[in-house]
Amino acid sequence: MTDSSIITREQEAGFGDYLALLKPRVMSLVVFTALVGMLVAPGGINPVVGFAAILFIAVGAGASGALNMWYDADIDALMRRTAGRPVPSGRVRAEEALAIGVALSVMAVVMLALATNLVAAGLLAFTIFFYVVIYTMWLKRWTPQNIVIGGAAGAFPPMIGWAAVTGGISPESVLMFLLIFLWTPPHFWALALFVRDDYSRAGVPMLTVTHGHRAARRHILAYALALVPVSLGLGLSGIGGPLYLSVAVVLNLLFLRGALALLRRDEAGAAADGYRAEKGFFRLSLYYLFLSFGALLAEAALPGGFRPGGV
Amino acid sequence: MPLTQEHELHRRRFGRNLGLGLVLGGFAVLVFFLTMAKMKEGASMEGFDYQRPAPAGTAAQAEDGG
Repeated sequence: MTDSSIITREQEAGFGDYLALLKPRVMSLVVFTALVGMLVAPGGINPVVGFAAILFIAVGAGASGALNMWYDADIDALMRRTAGRPVPSGRVRAEEALAIGVALSVMAVVMLALATNLVAAGLLAFTIFFYVVIYTMWLKRWTPQNIVIGGAAGAFPPMIGWAAVTGGISPESVLMFLLIFLWTPPHFWALALFVRDDYSRAGVPMLTVTHGHRAARRHILAYALALVPVSLGLGLSGIGGPLYLSVAVVLNLLFLRGALALLRRDEAGAAADGYRAEKGFFRLSLYYLFLSFGALLAEAALPGGFRPGGV
Repeated sequence: MPLTQEHELHRRRFGRNLGLGLVLGGFAVLVFFLTMAKMKEGASMEGFDYQRPAPAGTAAQAEDGG
């Protein structure tokens, strides 16, 4: 007899299961946008402090992912896309996810405060609260606008990165927030158009389910329009410049054209070609965000660029 | 009784322990370098309740002026 035979738990979590609890793919987006927010901010930050700040922002985001998985285990189990997550699949107990989420949240906020400043740490704490309490516990199961409000949580990282360097909030960091905030709904609704997830079975009011695809297509265009002034406004702000502005103009034109194309399509046509335009628009939305922030970064790296408060 | 048989469960546990060990070790190293960076920047080394002594004569001047 080995000692393992007396252990009744069938599935023992590996280290990777705990990592999966932190939603590494969401984390990568957080790391990228927070890093850009930090690098475009006026002034400078010690590389070690900057690395630590990005790490703690990522850990904070991961912790809110773990808390989300703890709370949503019941509905995650009902949807194909999420049924394989560590908690619904039984590899990690829900209480464990809760404990890890709370512990890592506190650790990340305290460490970010010690490494940088209270404004950055306060914003991180608010982001975690917003994602877990406002989005996960309240809005997600209540309103088809859940994605809109939930997107705010994903929009905070560049603001936190900015605050880590400057110790404050400014129009530039608010514009970066707005860019992600307004980008999130069209990005997710495009996905919801072609991924037939079991939202209704799980009781999650997704716009495509509650109001139909027609309404989702209209909403996508509305947000694509709202993005234009924010994106171009960022180009005229202190962190923008000719390079960013030209990239933004092209991206916005493409995004608007894509959104208009989606609006003109009907369900029969979309189903006939396997949602090609919807999938293309979803891919474009990923490029949109990546290239917008990439251009901001390039603008900051350009020699002689206008740096507010800098040289 | 010596453990002679390796079970799949032991492998998972070892992986978990190793992962956690590396994370904790990495955290300690990070805090060390963070401290070094902060000291290099000339961050305040006083405790949160430290009160800087007033320069000599300040109290007297304040009394004169007030």
